[in-house]
Amino acid sequence: MQRFYHLNMLKFIIPLVLFIVLAVFLALGLRLNPHDIPSPFINKPAPLFSAPKLTAPIEKLSTTDLKGQVWLFNVWASWCVSCRSEHPILNQLAKQQTAVIVGLNYKDDPAAAKNWLDTLGNPYTVSIMDQDGRIGIDWGVYGVPETFVIDKKGVIRYKHTGPVTADDVQNIFLPLIATLQAETL
Amino acid sequence: MKPLLIVFLLLLSPLASAVDTYQLTNPEQQAAYNTLVSELRCLVCQNQTIGDSNAELAADLRRQVYEMLQQGKSKDEILQFMTERYGDFVLYKPPFKAKTGLLWLGPVAFLVVGLLTVFLFVRRKKTIPSAKVEDVEKLAAVRRLLTDKDTENLS
Repeated sequence: MQRFYHLNMLKFIIPLVLFIVLAVFLALGLRLNPHDIPSPFINKPAPLFSAPKLTAPIEKLSTTDLKGQVWLFNVWASWCVSCRSEHPILNQLAKQQTAVIVGLNYKDDPAAAKNWLDTLGNPYTVSIMDQDGRIGIDWGVYGVPETFVIDKKGVIRYKHTGPVTADDVQNIFLPLIATLQAETL
Repeated sequence: MKPLLIVFLLLLSPLASAVDTYQLTNPEQQAAYNTLVSELRCLVCQNQTIGDSNAELAADLRRQVYEMLQQGKSKDEILQFMTERYGDFVLYKPPFKAKTGLLWLGPVAFLVVGLLTVFLFVRRKKTIPSAKVEDVEKLAAVRRLLTDKDTENLS
């Protein structure tokens, strides 16, 4: 009799445990954003580029020009809808002058891009052009907008996928920039 | 006849993949191209390979694969190039690592648990006798009680 009692208990306990495990997995899965792919670039040297500037295509900007300073690398395009929601936040961040903001104008029409900056404001110290998306591939870009934070040594320290919000600036970007600015070369 | 023809043509639609299939002169390289585009994930439309997808990023990645093959890069070098930039997620067949262990072993574990359950269930069923002596006696006792009650009520 005692033995049967135990077996009957197990009959309920095993499915219950399995159900809880499954529920926990599914709950975690629901909270994850499938578009948040961990970047393999964190703590790796930033990929090199040398690309024409948007406003002066004869001049080029390369990664080596930015050595020794903390900079943000923001991937944007005039065709990108979420870039529009991010833009005022970037303008605000630029006003605080905590770090250089470099724009990567990704697969865009230069005229449309310039028009965008003229009408919405230009948060970028400089924007470079990537019309065929090769620099994008080199940086592992898959969804615009994306924002990288690069330290004085030229190492990528953080990557943000999707539009940057005011909260992100307060809670992630400003504290990180402050730490990186305090680092010595 | 006409509906059949339509069904047949609709069945062909999966064959119409990537619009801009690059042609490589070397058949070995062409084979490598075909496997690579079916093993690399399009990161925008995550459940498609870059060979299946019409997303711009997929087209750019196909061009990248094509160019690297033309430069004489091997399949492994190209896969390494992609994982360095996009992580293991870009691979439809992720490597076996501590992080991907659950992914690879999970289905096997489920199969083992399932088979074990079936095995135990079947074995236990067999050992349970259909009716015990005890039960027969109890049944008789119940019948006796019932009939006693009936006679009591009648009297």
